Amino acid sequence: MNAAIAIQLGQAVLVVLLAPLFAGWVNQCRAWLQNRRGPGMLQPYRVLRKLFHKDAVLAHRASFLFRATPYIRFGCMVLAAYIIPTLASGLPISPAADVIALVGIFALGRVFMALAAMDIGTAFGTMGARREMLVAFLAEPALLMVFFTPALISQSTSLSTIVHTLAYQPFVIHPGLAFAAIAFLMVLLAENARLPIDNPATHLELTMIHEALVLEYSARHLALMDWASNLKLLAYATMGLALFAPWGIARTIDGPSLWLALACLPVKLAVAGAALALLETLSAKLRIFRAPEFLAMAFLLAVLGLLTHVLLEGAA
Amino acid sequence: MYLLAVLLTPIAGAVLLGLCGHRAHAGAVNAAMSLLTLIAATLLTAQVIEYGPMLAFDELFFVDSFNVFLVALTAFVGFTTALFSRPYMLIEMHHGRIDARRLRLYHASYQLFMFTMLLALLTNNLGIMWVAMEAATLATVLLVSLYRTPASLEAAWKYFILCGVGIAQALFGTVLMYFAAEQVLGAGGTALLWTHLDAVKSQLEPSVLTLAFVFLLVGYGTKVGLVPLHSWLPDAHAEGPTPVSAVLSGLLLNVALYALVRNKVLADGALGGDLTSHLMMGFGLLSVVVAAFFLSRQQDAKRLFAYSSIEHMGLITFAFGMGGPVATFAALLHMTVHSLAKSAIFFAVGHASQKAGTQMMDSIRGLVDTNPTIGWGLMLGSLAILGMPPFGVFASEFLIITTAMREHPWATPFLLTALGVAFAAIFGRVQPMVFGETTGKRLPHPPAILPVFVHLALVLVLGVYIPPYLAEWYRQAAALIG
Amino acid sequence: MSASLATQLVNLFASLLLLIAFAMLAQRRVLSLIHLFAWQGAVLALNTALVAFVTHQHHLYYSALLTLILKVILLPWILHRLIDKLNVRWDVETLVNIPTTMLIGVGLVIIGFNVAMPISHLSETVTRGTLGIALASVLLSFMMLITRRKAVPQVIGFLAMENGLFFAATSATYGMPLVVELGVALDVLVGTFIFGIFTFHLREAFDSLDIEHIEKLKER
Repeated sequence: MNAAIAIQLGQAVLVVLLAPLFAGWVNQCRAWLQNRRGPGMLQPYRVLRKLFHKDAVLAHRASFLFRATPYIRFGCMVLAAYIIPTLASGLPISPAADVIALVGIFALGRVFMALAAMDIGTAFGTMGARREMLVAFLAEPALLMVFFTPALISQSTSLSTIVHTLAYQPFVIHPGLAFAAIAFLMVLLAENARLPIDNPATHLELTMIHEALVLEYSARHLALMDWASNLKLLAYATMGLALFAPWGIARTIDGPSLWLALACLPVKLAVAGAALALLETLSAKLRIFRAPEFLAMAFLLAVLGLLTHVLLEGAA
Repeated sequence: MYLLAVLLTPIAGAVLLGLCGHRAHAGAVNAAMSLLTLIAATLLTAQVIEYGPMLAFDELFFVDSFNVFLVALTAFVGFTTALFSRPYMLIEMHHGRIDARRLRLYHASYQLFMFTMLLALLTNNLGIMWVAMEAATLATVLLVSLYRTPASLEAAWKYFILCGVGIAQALFGTVLMYFAAEQVLGAGGTALLWTHLDAVKSQLEPSVLTLAFVFLLVGYGTKVGLVPLHSWLPDAHAEGPTPVSAVLSGLLLNVALYALVRNKVLADGALGGDLTSHLMMGFGLLSVVVAAFFLSRQQDAKRLFAYSSIEHMGLITFAFGMGGPVATFAALLHMTVHSLAKSAIFFAVGHASQKAGTQMMDSIRGLVDTNPTIGWGLMLGSLAILGMPPFGVFASEFLIITTAMREHPWATPFLLTALGVAFAAIFGRVQPMVFGETTGKRLPHPPAILPVFVHLALVLVLGVYIPPYLAEWYRQAAALIG
Repeated sequence: MSASLATQLVNLFASLLLLIAFAMLAQRRVLSLIHLFAWQGAVLALNTALVAFVTHQHHLYYSALLTLILKVILLPWILHRLIDKLNVRWDVETLVNIPTTMLIGVGLVIIGFNVAMPISHLSETVTRGTLGIALASVLLSFMMLITRRKAVPQVIGFLAMENGLFFAATSATYGMPLVVELGVALDVLVGTFIFGIFTFHLREAFDSLDIEHIEKLKER
C-alpha cells in the first residue's frame, strides 16, 4: 500500500516537474520546423527561475482573489496531474480519476482565471476573459462528448478503468474512437490556447486570448500561471495518450511494468509533442469568430464518434 | 436475331452519324437508320405474335407482352420524329440557332438515345435497366442544351442534376432488390434477372422490398415526372429542340414508367400490393391535380404541353396503382395513345413556333390562315389529348375514371376536376392560336406534317378499334402486372 | 484473417467513409474537395479488396481495381484538369452556417441508420452493419448537392453520392454482378465528361459557375 502511495506521489511530482520540459519540447520542435534554432528545451525552466526571483507587482485595486488565483489554478492542475493515470492505473486514488470530475477541475481553474482577469478592471483583461469563456463554453461539451465514446466502450467514466479496458483487453478496432481522437485533438488545441485558436507566441492585443488573461501578473504569480498552463498542456497530452494510446501504462504495481511505463512515457510524449508542433506549424490562426465553428466541428465529430460506436458496435 | 438488330441498328446509326452527322443528308440518314430500327422492331413484334414471349442471349434479354408493344411504339415514334426532325433541324440551322457541329451532336445523340430506350425496354437485368435509364439522361442532356442559350443551359443543368440524383435513388432501390433476391436465388448474375425474380417474388423479404420500392418509386418517379419531383420536366421540354421534347414526352416518360412497373410487379409479389398501390395512386393523383392547375398559368406553348405530359403520366401511374385488369389495360392503352398524341402535338407546336419565331402562345395566332395543316394538326391533337371522343385517349380515360368511380370513389372528384381544369386551360390556349386573327404570312417552307396526321390517325383508330393481338397483349400484360 | 478482425476493419473503413463525407460537407475549397473525393475512392477500393480477400469473391477484386482506376485516378484527374482549365483551382466557396449543416448531417446519419437497421440484420455478409453508413453517406452527399451553389462542387457531390451507393452495394451484398458494375462505371465516367463539357458552356453563357446566377426558369 505504501508503495502504491509512493508511486502515486511520484507520478504527480514527475508530471509537475516534466510539464515545462514538454512545453519546451513543443516550442523547440516548432522552432526547428520554422528553421529557427530555438531557445532550447530547458527555456521554460529558466523563465520560471527568473520569474521566481523577481518581486511581484500588483495593481492597486487587486483584490484577494487576484492574488489567490495563481495558487488555485496551479493547485487544480496539480490535482489533475495527480489523478490522470500517466504511469500506472489502479493506484489508490484511481476511483477519483473520473473524466467528468477532470472536466470540472479544469473548469474550476478557468473560472478563477477569468475572474482574476476581470478583477483588475482593465479592458484587455475583460476582453480576454470574455473570449476565454466563449471558447471554453464551446469546448467543454465537446470534451465531455469525447469522453463518452471511450466511456461507453469500457462501461465506465473512470479513467483508470478506461485505460484498463483499452490497453489490456483483446485488440479491437473502435472506429468511434478515431472520431473521438480527432475531436479531442481539436479541443486540446482550443483549450490550451494553441494555433489555430490562439497563438501562444504573440502578444498582439486584438487577437490574443490567453495572454490577455495573464497580462497583469508578474513574478511568482506569473510563474505559477505559466507553470499551470504547461501542466494543463501536459495533462491534456497524457489524458489523450491514456484514452487513445494506452499501451505501456502499468496495470500492476511491480518493477518491470513500471519501468516499461517509464520508458514508454517519454517516447509517447516526444512523438505527441512533435505532432502537436507540426500541426501548429501547418495551420493558420482562425479569426476569433471562426472559433465557434471550429469547436462546433469538434463537438459534432465527438457526437459522430459516439453514434458510430453505438450504431456499428452496439448493433453487432 | 431481330432483337439484336433492334439494338445494334441505333448503335450503328450513332457511329455513322457521329462521323457524318453534320452533312446535309444527315437528316435522311437519321431517318433511314430509324426506319431500319422500326423494321427490325416490327419483325421482332411479328416473331412475338407468332411464337409468344421469348428470352435471348443467356437470358439477358426478354420480350413479353408487356414490353413488346412498347418496343414497337418506341421504334415507331423514333422513326416519325426522325422524319419530322429532318426539315425542322435544317430550318433551325438556316435560322442560325445551331451550327454543323451541333447538328452532328444532335443526330448522334438522337440515335444513342433510341438505343438506351430500347435497351431499357428489352433487357431482363434490372441493373442494366438502370444503366440504360441513366445513359438516356446522359444522351439527352446535351440535346436539351443544344441551343446554348442561358435558359436552355439552365434547363439542362436542372435536368442533369435532378434526374441524376433521382436515378441514384433508383440505383439504391435496385441494390436493395438485389440484396433481397440474393437471399433467395444466391449470389451471382441471376439474382437481378427479372424473369428469375418474378418466379420467386413471393419469397422475397417484405421489409427489404418495401424500402426498395420506395427508393425505386422516388428514383424512376423523378424521370416519369411525378409531382413533386417534376420540376426538371417543363424546363427540359420547353428549352430543348422540339424533336427532343417529342421523344422525351413520348418515349422517355413511358420507359421510366415501364421500369417502375416492372419493379412494382416484384414488390407486389412480396408485399401483397397495398403499399405499392397506395403510393402510386397518391403520387399519380397529386401529379394530375398539380399539373392541371399549373397548366392555366403557362405562357409558353411547349411548357403547356409539358405540364400536360405530367398530368397524363400521373393519370397512368394512378391507373397502375389501382391495379386490376381493367385499370391496367386502360393504363397500357393510355401509355400508347398519349405517346402518339403528345408527340404529334409537339410536332405541330414545333412548326408553329418555328414559324412565329417564338414559343410564347400570345404571339402565335391564326394558324388556320397561315398554315391550315399545322393549325388543324394542333387543334385535332389538342382535342385528342384532352380526351375527346372518338380518339383513343377518350377510351382509356373513360376506363380509368369508371374504374376509379367503382373502386376508389374518393378519387373521382379530384380526377374529374383536374381533367376539367386541364380542358379549359389547354383549349382556351389553343383555340386563339389556331383560329385567332393574324397578320402573318403563309409559311415559306413546307412542314413535315405527315407524322402529325399519321399519329393522330393511329390515336383515332385505337379509339374505335384495338387490333386483337394488341388487346391480347394488353390483357396479358394486365394479368402480369395485376 | 479472422472474421471478427475483418468486420472491425470493414467498420473502420465505413467510419472513414462517413468521416470523409462529413469533411466534404464542410470543405470550402474546391481543390481539397477533389482530394477528399480521391481519398473516399481509395477507402472504397481498399474496402472492396478487403471484402474480396475475406470472402474469396473473386469478382470483387475486379471491382476494387475498377474503383481504384476510376475513382482514385481517372475521375480526380479529370476534375483536376477541369478546375485548371476553368481556372477555379483556388476557389473558395462561401458556405453559411456549417455547424447547422453538420447538425442536420448528424440527423441524417441517425435517419440512415434507422432506415437500414431492420434490413441489415437480414444480411449474412461480414459487412452488414455498414448498410446504414452507406445510406447515411448517400444522404450526406445529397445534402452537399443541395447546399452547394457552384457547379464543380455539385459535380463532386454527385460523384460522392455514387460512391455511397457503391458502398451500399458492397455492404448489403457482395457487390452487384460485374456487368452491372461496369455499366454503372461507364455511366459515371461519361457523366463526368458531360459535366465537364457542360461547365464550359455554363461559363460561356453566364461568365460564372455560380448556380444561383442561372436560376431564371421558375414558375411564375
